[in-house]
Amino acid sequence: MISQVFILSSKGDHLIYKDFRGGAGNDIVSIFYEKVTALTGDQPPVVMNHKDIYFVHIRQGGLYWVATTTAGSSPFTITEFLNRLAALVKDYCGSLSEKSVQMNFALIYELLDEIVDYGYIQTTSSDVLKNFIQTEAVTSRPFSLFDLSNVGLFGAETQQSKVAPSSAATRPIQSSREQGGKSEIFVDVIERMTVVIGSNGLLMKADVEGEIRVKCYMPSCSEMRIGLNEEFSIGKSQLRGYGAAVRVDECSFHQAVRLDEFDSHRILRLCPSQGEQTVMQYQLSDDLPSALPFRLFPTIERDNGGSAAINVCATIPVPKGSVSLSQELSSPDQSAELKPQSRAVVWKIARFAGGTQLSALFKLEVPSLSSASMLEVGPVGLSFELPKITATGLQIRFLRLSPIQPGPSQRWVRYVTHSDSYTIRI
Amino acid sequence: MPYLGGEETVRELRRALSNPNVQSDPLRYRNTILKVIRTMSQGVDVSGLFSEMVKACATVDVVQKKLVYVFLCSYATLNPELSLLVINTLRKDCQDPNPMVRSLALRNMTNLRLPSLVEYVEQPLTAGLRDRAACVRRVAVLGWAKLHNLHPSSEIDAAVVNELYSLLRDPDPVVMVNCLRALEEILKEEGGIAINKPITHHLLNRLKECDIWGQSEVLRVLQRYRPQSEDELFDILSLLDSFLVSPHPPVMAATLSLFLSISSNLPVISLAALERVSGPLLAACGSGSREMRFAAVCHIQLLLRSVPGLLGPHYKRFFCGYAEPAYIKERKMQVLVELVNDENVAMILDELKGYCTDVNTDTAQAAISAIGRIGRSYSDRCLQILTGLLGLKQDHITSAVVQTMRDLVWVCPQCSDTVCLALDGCEETLQDIQGRQALLWLLGVYGERISTAPYTLEVLIDRVRSEASLGIKMELLTATMRLFLCRPAETQDMLGRLLHYCIEEETDMCVRDQALLYYRLLHCGIEKTREVLQGRRSDPSLGVLIGRPAKPVSQWARCFNTLEPLSQGAVEAESDSRGSPEHVTYNSKPNADLSDTLSCKLPFEGKRSRINLSACPLPEVDVGGKATKALFGYSILLN
Repeated sequence: MISQVFILSSKGDHLIYKDFRGGAGNDIVSIFYEKVTALTGDQPPVVMNHKDIYFVHIRQGGLYWVATTTAGSSPFTITEFLNRLAALVKDYCGSLSEKSVQMNFALIYELLDEIVDYGYIQTTSSDVLKNFIQTEAVTSRPFSLFDLSNVGLFGAETQQSKVAPSSAATRPIQSSREQGGKSEIFVDVIERMTVVIGSNGLLMKADVEGEIRVKCYMPSCSEMRIGLNEEFSIGKSQLRGYGAAVRVDECSFHQAVRLDEFDSHRILRLCPSQGEQTVMQYQLSDDLPSALPFRLFPTIERDNGGSAAINVCATIPVPKGSVSLSQELSSPDQSAELKPQSRAVVWKIARFAGGTQLSALFKLEVPSLSSASMLEVGPVGLSFELPKITATGLQIRFLRLSPIQPGPSQRWVRYVTHSDSYTIRI
Repeated sequence: MPYLGGEETVRELRRALSNPNVQSDPLRYRNTILKVIRTMSQGVDVSGLFSEMVKACATVDVVQKKLVYVFLCSYATLNPELSLLVINTLRKDCQDPNPMVRSLALRNMTNLRLPSLVEYVEQPLTAGLRDRAACVRRVAVLGWAKLHNLHPSSEIDAAVVNELYSLLRDPDPVVMVNCLRALEEILKEEGGIAINKPITHHLLNRLKECDIWGQSEVLRVLQRYRPQSEDELFDILSLLDSFLVSPHPPVMAATLSLFLSISSNLPVISLAALERVSGPLLAACGSGSREMRFAAVCHIQLLLRSVPGLLGPHYKRFFCGYAEPAYIKERKMQVLVELVNDENVAMILDELKGYCTDVNTDTAQAAISAIGRIGRSYSDRCLQILTGLLGLKQDHITSAVVQTMRDLVWVCPQCSDTVCLALDGCEETLQDIQGRQALLWLLGVYGERISTAPYTLEVLIDRVRSEASLGIKMELLTATMRLFLCRPAETQDMLGRLLHYCIEEETDMCVRDQALLYYRLLHCGIEKTREVLQGRRSDPSLGVLIGRPAKPVSQWARCFNTLEPLSQGAVEAESDSRGSPEHVTYNSKPNADLSDTLSCKLPFEGKRSRINLSACPLPEVDVGGKATKALFGYSILLN
């Protein structure tokens, strides 16, 4: 049961406040904000209480999404609800930020009214909600010349129109209705990697958590068939043929997915509802089919002059395409290009071509250097985004809609691998 | 955030709302109302606009209607008389052919929360229960719960309760779940809705139709059901098995709660359920939402209390990501400590070692104390790491290491040799009070084996005048006394100086009384002193720890899937892993004689609140009346 829901900006401005059960004081929002800001450390705990009111909050899009409840409520339900609420707001407003919430507050009140009644969650399905939501989303996208670059001479299609801009999927789901606009469908295969590489270069841990997300802008939805690699297998024993199998350990599906053809042909069938949904989630531990995307050859030397040199090289054996990488090196003390408060050197590479090797040399001045300070160097953490690559090798063979849509419809597929935590010990 | 021009804004909005030109233009009218709501959600009091907003309610524009209702529901309780004007519009809307308008009107009618309006609301609510459209029935069912809570004391019509019970068979699953919720609230005094066999089986059979919110609600209510036969129990369990491994954490957690409560006297079933649920829980630990991860890790800690070895092979899932927030890292480390076994200890220690140099000092200290916990079973490897960390010469790390070593030698006296060797030189790096107290305690207890102990103490004694911390002074007194017992020649002089200072010049009564106590104790002879100060070392029965004993599921089943495991400091595991075992021995014997209490309590004087008066038998000390008073003063402090 949820007593109140409110959304605060990171500075504590009240954006949305809705009281479902009544009887709460007006100062409840400020009590929450005081508690959150009074906590030490950069990340406050998820649950806090004031007398017998419990606050559960999540942070998304730089905002606090807070629900107040009683001690006996399920943390899973409330957290999942807040996540779902944030996802719905994102679907309806196009993007998630202080500005979009501020501009669309009427829409959000309307959403909240339909989602929760008297503190009980009624429905969060966008199929049901779209019948009730009347307010239109307001988006703010400044006019940009880049938008025109997709249009060729005399409106002819250019090569570029085969690639949707990355912002294409950040628009409100309902605008398509009025603009008579494009009926599009976006499929994202997103993988998050957690890797630990030991100081001897051996792989100590590698986890991949992936999901297939469908974002649908089709007003009337038809059945969709997604074909995965035929050699896709789940679990350790199921090996299909001799080819390099695409294997995952565990796999779960959205409840709307029908799996009649999954066992024989690896085809998922579903009727996507408008908005974003996770169709399939999977995870793979330890043995990755492909080589790791990054290797790092660090060397640390100690100068006679009392300064340490960290020689960092990164090689990427596999990926083609662009990569962004940022690197931190924990080091004991201050120097011009390092961030003293986080005690780290941050190395950012905006674009990193596949198959190349970059090297950097950091010299650090450390006033009181002892041999033990070397222990403090590392481990190195990498964060990156690998477009067009999946670590498991999962591919979408085809994406068919049946019956064939009457108007022009566009289908986009995107692969991306993120780093969840990519650690290399030195 | 109240704006300075709050009143000015309200005046301007009123002018705009009552402007006929605005009223005739639907778009401008709606935009003005939007402005009112925006001002309202910024925290400005706009209740003065109530009558203007009531007028705006009579419109065909649904969006405008919804906006006005948001306003009215927030301020109705302040203006009960004016709200009466709205009720007519609302009642008219309840007859509207559009089901959306009907449900909207009905919902807001009940959301006004005005007891005076009850008589107008009952009739539309009764009609709403029989409406053709499911969305109206959903609202009407919950409406009765709202109505009941306005007058909690009044008897609700039995016919309504019966109707709600019959609506459990409604074709719409949300109506069914709402009926459950409404009946739970209306019949709260009778212990909620009657969960009998037919209702239970009906609900279970329709569980698949509900969405995840409905499922978790139904499963929660069913926890009260007790199956009548074992066969029925197993039927229910096998029906629910697919929900137990649901990819949605709310459903999974609610199902496990139900499993634990209905099979509470069949421990085998509970344990099997825990094993089955570990997969989905682990998946939730890797969820994209960090709040969900946190909830899952906290609940895994509960599971581990009963099945310590449950997730042993999956220990790598609890390695911390470098971008994870400190509170998740801390919990994950606690889990890692539980999962240590002979195969993975090297990997886990290697991983924890990496966290010890974390930028965040809390994370670093938590990692060090986690290593100390593992040290109770694998002392050699852990001491090697801890000793290595001392070489970093960073104050927060050294402090955590010394505290960890203190806790470790208490449990594993065989580690003391290594610890004694490592302590040399630490005093220069230590800054904080807890770290220095731990060092003093170690110097006192193992003084005979640390060659530099007297010199370290002497430096501190010379500086005692400028020492601000009470805890340090008390600890210093005890340590010097203990050192005097084993190395009298080197210590006698400085002990004299310290006692003299503490008795003659110190202003704090606690320190002064303690010094007096020691002074008189010395008068009783060295044997008596030895008995008091060295009476108690760690319990020899505390050998190497091999895993914690499994606790019964019933101990924590009650708080599973509630907020309790997530709350700060509410976890028992935390106190177990962070506190030193001396507390346990101390607490279990509150009436131990003074000599016992003295030696095991003194090192922790600063840690606990000091005063808690209780009668405490005193050792037989032959002193005058004044001294007895002082001793009493001290015994008060001690407990």
